Amino acid sequence: MKLKKNIATSEAGFIFNPATGDSFAANPLAADILARAKAGQDAAAIKADILERYDVAPGQLEKDWDDLLAQLREFNLLD
Amino acid sequence: MAVTGLNATDSPGPGVAVIRALRETADFDLRIIGLSYEALEPGIYLRELVDRTYQLPYPSAGTAALLERLRYVREQEDVAVLIPNFDAELHNFIKLEPQLRALGIRTFLPTLAQLEARDKLNLPAFGTAHGLPVPASRALHHAGELLAAAETLGWPLVLKGRYYDAAVVHTLAQAEQAFGRLSGQWGVPLIAQQWVGGQEINIAGLGDGHGRCLSAVPMRKLTITDKGKAWAGITLEDEALLTLARRFAEATQWRGGFELELMRAASGELFILEINPRFPAWIYLTAAAGQNQPAALLRLALGLPVMQQEGYAVGKMFVRYAWDLITDHTAFQQVAALGEL
Amino acid sequence: MKLPYERPTLRKLTAGALNKFGPRAGVRPVTALDGVAVGELVARFGSPLFVLSERQLRRSYQAAVRAFGTRYPRVQLAWSYKTNYLNAVCRVFHQEGAWAEVVSGMELEKALLNGVPGPHILFNGPGKRRADLERACAVDAVVHLDNADELHLLLDVAAGRPRRPRVALRVNLNAGIVPQWDRFGFNLENGEAWQALSRLVASGQLELVGLHCHIGTYILQPAAYGAAATKLAALAQRCARELHTVVQYLDLGGGFPSTNTLKGAYLPATDTVPPLDDYAEAVAGALLGAGFKTDDLPLLVLEAGRALVDEAGSLIGTVLANKRLADGRRATILDFGVNLLFTSFWYDHHISPTREFSADTEPTVLYGPLCMNIDMLRESIALPLLAPGDTVVVHKVGAYNMSQWQQFINLRPYVVLIDQAGQPHVIRAAETLEYLQQLEQVPAHLLG
Repeated sequence: MKLKKNIATSEAGFIFNPATGDSFAANPLAADILARAKAGQDAAAIKADILERYDVAPGQLEKDWDDLLAQLREFNLLD
Repeated sequence: MAVTGLNATDSPGPGVAVIRALRETADFDLRIIGLSYEALEPGIYLRELVDRTYQLPYPSAGTAALLERLRYVREQEDVAVLIPNFDAELHNFIKLEPQLRALGIRTFLPTLAQLEARDKLNLPAFGTAHGLPVPASRALHHAGELLAAAETLGWPLVLKGRYYDAAVVHTLAQAEQAFGRLSGQWGVPLIAQQWVGGQEINIAGLGDGHGRCLSAVPMRKLTITDKGKAWAGITLEDEALLTLARRFAEATQWRGGFELELMRAASGELFILEINPRFPAWIYLTAAAGQNQPAALLRLALGLPVMQQEGYAVGKMFVRYAWDLITDHTAFQQVAALGEL
Repeated sequence: MKLPYERPTLRKLTAGALNKFGPRAGVRPVTALDGVAVGELVARFGSPLFVLSERQLRRSYQAAVRAFGTRYPRVQLAWSYKTNYLNAVCRVFHQEGAWAEVVSGMELEKALLNGVPGPHILFNGPGKRRADLERACAVDAVVHLDNADELHLLLDVAAGRPRRPRVALRVNLNAGIVPQWDRFGFNLENGEAWQALSRLVASGQLELVGLHCHIGTYILQPAAYGAAATKLAALAQRCARELHTVVQYLDLGGGFPSTNTLKGAYLPATDTVPPLDDYAEAVAGALLGAGFKTDDLPLLVLEAGRALVDEAGSLIGTVLANKRLADGRRATILDFGVNLLFTSFWYDHHISPTREFSADTEPTVLYGPLCMNIDMLRESIALPLLAPGDTVVVHKVGAYNMSQWQQFINLRPYVVLIDQAGQPHVIRAAETLEYLQQLEQVPAHLLG
């Protein structure tokens, strides 16, 4: 997952794409993932941490991860 | 104070004008809360007029959702009076009157029966019952009824949406297209009304609920937008207009603000085309002309005495203008995601 | 203890409205029906599952009786079989005192098997066959005549019978409802109804006992029932005056709404549907003011269906899968579709999750499991972030779904009735392949 460099994320879970003017609200888990991605953590580390902390099966997380990527792509937030 | 209808757009809600009028009253020092439905209602960002804004669920979500939201707002803000300004929300606010009162929020609204009686659908019966002049109209439930309506009412035909919006159509093809658009947006039935030509005049008024018309200010539209909204207007002196407003308030025992949309035919005959159960978007003109109707309504809601208002500046004009106010994406995010600013 | 998980999701911020639950309130879960946990019901009977509340069935019935009975001295409800003719449901209403309103030979037999005496069965419907009429005459049910051909067919059937068949005339009239329903019965305003009444009384072979009209369905204007009652009452008085026939009952049909929101309606039905009391007030006012002598007041019959049963029914279903559509919209596939929830074609049903979720919701298209493009339950609904295996409850599905459902692609599921003590009873078992095929026959040349 590589977010576009100029994407702004806020503590409250807001995401702003300066190239398009679009704003987004992330739910807490999505906000957490994006913050870590922006900080340079790789996907495997983020996922491992989520599996550690949350009540979710690995298969479900993989599926939802792909769906999040699809959303980020759809919203033009990925490089 | 809480006020809805902050959509001061090209088809404006009255909220911003109501707030501007309220800000001019010397009677109270007001904190004014805006209540919005959408995140880009300009009033939200008019920070010098609106102290704080909360978003409401759409009227279509119903009274339970609205009450829950207002309960939350009441926990944050000491709202004493609420002035709704949007036709489609009135049903809910009127129904919630006792619950709002229990929260300490007062309103000054027509009754549900009054709201129903002046509904576009019931306008012909309303006119007959009160001896008020209205054009012929009928309700349409599907596009197949358009031809029959045109045969009885004649072309052109005025098609009106259930709550908002209207189109003047001259052919069946135009009528069918307009039917699709209006029914898609506002549901059925639509109202087909006989077209009446002449001069458009509106009266903003305030009824005390006991048959007295406490204030009435007539205004002629000088220019209109392509949506038929007044973009400039001028106050008029004409006893026939004031008499009509008083007859309306007396016949209906109207409670709260109202607007009569009139057409004065070439013969001088007056027709009531529509009765809006709230203040119009040009309501600030009443304050500018010397009869501050929103301020009077606030006093009524608080149970304070209000004198019958006599006299207003004739020839007082309003000219509406567009203004690009500047804000930041962070403000928008706050409203759109959290529903507060 | 791990944290509860909800899938990561983004929402594009638009100028549009908040979702209906507001920014801080989540969708309220419904964890139990009549005190029985949804999870327990699903564990015992599977998913999907129709659940009927006996308590609510009785409550709705009694409320209707109370609304009309406190305003008019002689009231009789006739349970509209087609709305839900599961025997257990019918028997609850018959226990409460309901007659039966049937619209086919099959429904007539069902009512008889449910122990309803023939004279308490009102036989409506536009499509009665000769055999149906013969059967109705044999058990002394009241035939509600729909058209002139049927009148003549019944006269034919009546010939030579020891007892005159009892009939009521179905009348359609202008009660101010648009569009006016004119397909059932004889029109009042053009004189057709009077002509038929004169004809049937003159025949001497039929006993006119009632007048009936059914002004429409899901009628939101109580005043229309008042208008209909006034016109029927005037017609009854004309029968007494000119035909020397006393009409025993006036049947104002059904059509009372439930609090399900119609598609395209602007406000939710819970805010706009008038209480039954308003209908009762309009009807009772019209009849009491019609000029009958107190002792001559006709019996008021009502064929309530939806208003008695809709609220008592729930449908439990399970999320099978989530997916994202080409345009980015979220879609959720449930294990029931329009085959079971027929009313989703005209209602926006209220749908609840069955466990706690955060306040985050996502606009979702709801699909059923059928491999069929029309199998869409809702074009857009704000639901919490449901995961596969999560259950949902669809509320107020008691009317029409359990009679109009289709055995299509999937078999029909269990229907259970939760009694007033909170005990679930199977009132219709889930279908099996054997049940489905038991009427089929395969020609010999296709065997082996």
